[in-house]
Amino acid sequence: MSGPYLELRGLKKSFGLKPILRGVDLDIQRGERVALLGANGTGKTTLLRLLAGLLKPDGGTICLEGVDVRREQQHLRRQVGFVGHQPYLYTELSVLENLVFFGHLYGVKQSEAQAMKLLEQVGLGQRARERVGVLSRGQLQRVALVRALLHSPDLLLFDEPDTGLDDAGVALLEKTLQTQAAQNGVVLFTTHQLEHAFAFSDRMVVLHQGRIVFQYASAALNMESFRRAYQKVVQ
Amino acid sequence: MAVVNQPPGVVGRTAANQQPRPKGGLSPVALVLGGLSCVGILVSIWAIFLYAPREATQGEPQRIFYFHVPTAWLAMLAYGVLAVASIIYLIKGDERWDWIARATAELGAVFTTLALITGSLWGKPIWGTWWVWDARLTTTLILWFLYIGYLMLRNTLGRTPTSARAGAVLGIIGFVDVPIIYLSVNWWRTLHPQAVLPVGGEPQLPPSMLLTLMISLAAFTLLYAFLMTQLYQLERLQTLTLRLRALIEG
Amino acid sequence: MSELALFFEQVWAILWKDLRSEFRNRQMLIGMGMFALLVLIIFNFAFDLRVDNKAAVAPGALWVAFVFASLLGLGRTIAAEREQGSLDRLLLSPVSRKAIYLAKLLGNVLFIGIVELVAVPVFAILFDVPLATGLLIPIVLLGTLGIAAVGTLFSALTASSQTREMLLPILIFPLIVPIVIGAVRATGSLMIAVSNEPPWLGLIAAFDVIFLSISLLTFEYIVDE
Repeated sequence: MSGPYLELRGLKKSFGLKPILRGVDLDIQRGERVALLGANGTGKTTLLRLLAGLLKPDGGTICLEGVDVRREQQHLRRQVGFVGHQPYLYTELSVLENLVFFGHLYGVKQSEAQAMKLLEQVGLGQRARERVGVLSRGQLQRVALVRALLHSPDLLLFDEPDTGLDDAGVALLEKTLQTQAAQNGVVLFTTHQLEHAFAFSDRMVVLHQGRIVFQYASAALNMESFRRAYQKVVQ
Repeated sequence: MAVVNQPPGVVGRTAANQQPRPKGGLSPVALVLGGLSCVGILVSIWAIFLYAPREATQGEPQRIFYFHVPTAWLAMLAYGVLAVASIIYLIKGDERWDWIARATAELGAVFTTLALITGSLWGKPIWGTWWVWDARLTTTLILWFLYIGYLMLRNTLGRTPTSARAGAVLGIIGFVDVPIIYLSVNWWRTLHPQAVLPVGGEPQLPPSMLLTLMISLAAFTLLYAFLMTQLYQLERLQTLTLRLRALIEG
Repeated sequence: MSELALFFEQVWAILWKDLRSEFRNRQMLIGMGMFALLVLIIFNFAFDLRVDNKAAVAPGALWVAFVFASLLGLGRTIAAEREQGSLDRLLLSPVSRKAIYLAKLLGNVLFIGIVELVAVPVFAILFDVPLATGLLIPIVLLGTLGIAAVGTLFSALTASSQTREMLLPILIFPLIVPIVIGAVRATGSLMIAVSNEPPWLGLIAAFDVIFLSISLLTFEYIVDE
């Protein structure tokens, strides 16, 4: 393996006058699933949005397979699938129309066929022609997932994907993460539920006051002692 | 919770790390400019009221001309500075150019207001009305709106890089538009010829009047430069203070 | 697929998506149309037109109606994006920011154009004014393009502010003065031929080219955080 897939050095971002990220250093290898933890407001969402190409860093570097993507944000965006708090769908259009539209923007060949295939996999094949506005929250999340996977991105970013999910949803999430890692892609997700972090990730990373203060292989961690230490930090 | 030991880095390129703090009061440049402009204004007041001859046809009110032209000139100059600062800011992203932009926008708004008022005051005894829609005055009025619009936009959007970029784009677009506006109003006016303010540029301006005008122009420009240094410092201090407060509260 | 072809495909995709969304929810279009008509009617009362006055006031009335209807429509797409969870949906993808601008611009021109299409014959009827409609088209087209070019950029600029509705006209009106002057004069000269009329259409066309270019170049600075 040549180098890390994703390499962050000294990443900084402020909102207005308030610094959120104060120098983040992180490496992620291909095939890794990384859980990003930390209290609210420490910059988890900001970090994800930076990696998704929605924000420009104020300082530091983001390298994707050795290529500095700060100047080439379009290159970054092409490789990224992002599932955030909002579904990022157009309510007036049908599920399929949404997906085909986004497929066009990403240059996906035969976007309709690809979209249908993914919709079947998440169990929404029947709903393809329905208006997004009528879907339930759980269904919206699954469509958002399809949208993120449509262009077969190398880097999957999930912002608290497990909030309000039922068991089937959680199972789908776990399977998605495993598949992505198995296909040599990368996953970075945030969560507040430590069980999910332990179960679905290869490495746990803790963000605190804009910097990474802890990271360790999930399998090698003792869940209980980690939980206790984590509660103290998050307080 | 453990206290973070190293001081959190101040994000973004700021002037705080790059300029030595002035020892309170004015920097040498500002002092020089301030002194010169003070002298200049006093000299021009003398020149305008005591040195310049009384104009034949217009009489005493004509002396407003020596205030009107410089303020109109500064209204234009300030916008030029705004445009240049805007372009440089967009290219470099250095917030100091945004401070310059904000400072010159405020000054420009003030001087444009003065230009409109002096123009109006001058016009009343000459045409009998407070306003005519001649090309110069109309364009100045629109310029006033451009300035106010800029200030309102910056005020609404706050002190963020987004706000700075928005302001920069507005500055550039306005700057390119002003000549077009002038042209279109001029064409429009030639269809309805009306009295025009006999502003300088007429070859028959006698040397004493020309000299007075030059003195006045120089004095006002120095004043502008001096005020720019002060307003720039104000912007800088406001930004740094707010940033510090955000750090502490955060 | 070549880069240019891809670019225009993106423009078309976004435009088509906007049009489809818009037509499923026709509020905006109807609102703009009603507004334009109401302005025309109010002008009739406001100016108490007698036959000889009409030609002088009519072009002005028409263009005031257009400008105000444009303002209503300009907030349309960008505001809709920002409200419903933001332009992020588009910005997340590797779509060219210039393509986003162009698509929004064309959408705006189309929408304002549809309203204008309705307003012009109504105008001709209400004011009993003969309009050589063929020659009116380039004037209306170029004028609308100019207003939309600046307006699309500025509605993105002001979209995140709470006072957007108030701020947008304050920023746009001064900038589109050349278009208003030119379009009104050009429309007027259609009704009553005037000699030695300056090349208004050329001025508006130049305005369009200049501000379209500047907007294309600067749009991404506005829209990317």
